[in-house]
Amino acid sequence: MSLLLDTATVLLVLAGAFFFLAGTVGLLRFPDALSRLHALTKADTLGLGLIVLGLLPQMGSLPAALKLVLAWLLVQLASAGASQLIARLIHAGDANGPRS
Amino acid sequence: MAEFLAAAAAFVLACVGLALVRLLRGPTAADSMMAAQLLDTGGAAICLLLAASGGHEAIADVGLTFAVLAALAVAALSLRVRSPKPEGGKP
Repeated sequence: MSLLLDTATVLLVLAGAFFFLAGTVGLLRFPDALSRLHALTKADTLGLGLIVLGLLPQMGSLPAALKLVLAWLLVQLASAGASQLIARLIHAGDANGPRS
Repeated sequence: MAEFLAAAAAFVLACVGLALVRLLRGPTAADSMMAAQLLDTGGAAICLLLAASGGHEAIADVGLTFAVLAALAVAALSLRVRSPKPEGGKP
């Protein structure tokens, strides 16, 4: 059972790290600000979700595991809200303007 | 397992650093806000990985705080860009 959990952790954390890398590559390579934002908020958040899922068997106690899930939930909400804010900014044309 | 998780944390840190360099050089305000958002997600991932790799669980609390503060940073940046403070010291 412990070996199964460890294997699951390794696979999920590797998948999460891969998605993080994919999100970063998209962030660096996409031509448009809106598509960069999409890569950032969607792919990186998915990577974090997979990493949290992989780390859940490793935590020793239930409160610690709940803390991980809470952190993931918080980042989900934050990135959803932040992506709306940044998208409005880009839509208003500030993405082509100088840094204020 | 602990070394694997610490290596994963270092890998995520490298990804975040790479993207951050590019974003901080970006010419627009949206790039700055995306840098703050990236630090949110990446910093939370790094802290959670380190907390699970045998470190104290307090590092998970640091990751939670990181996520909250980075979200506030993005919100504050968005307010700052949309209504910049007028010169003369008026609040």
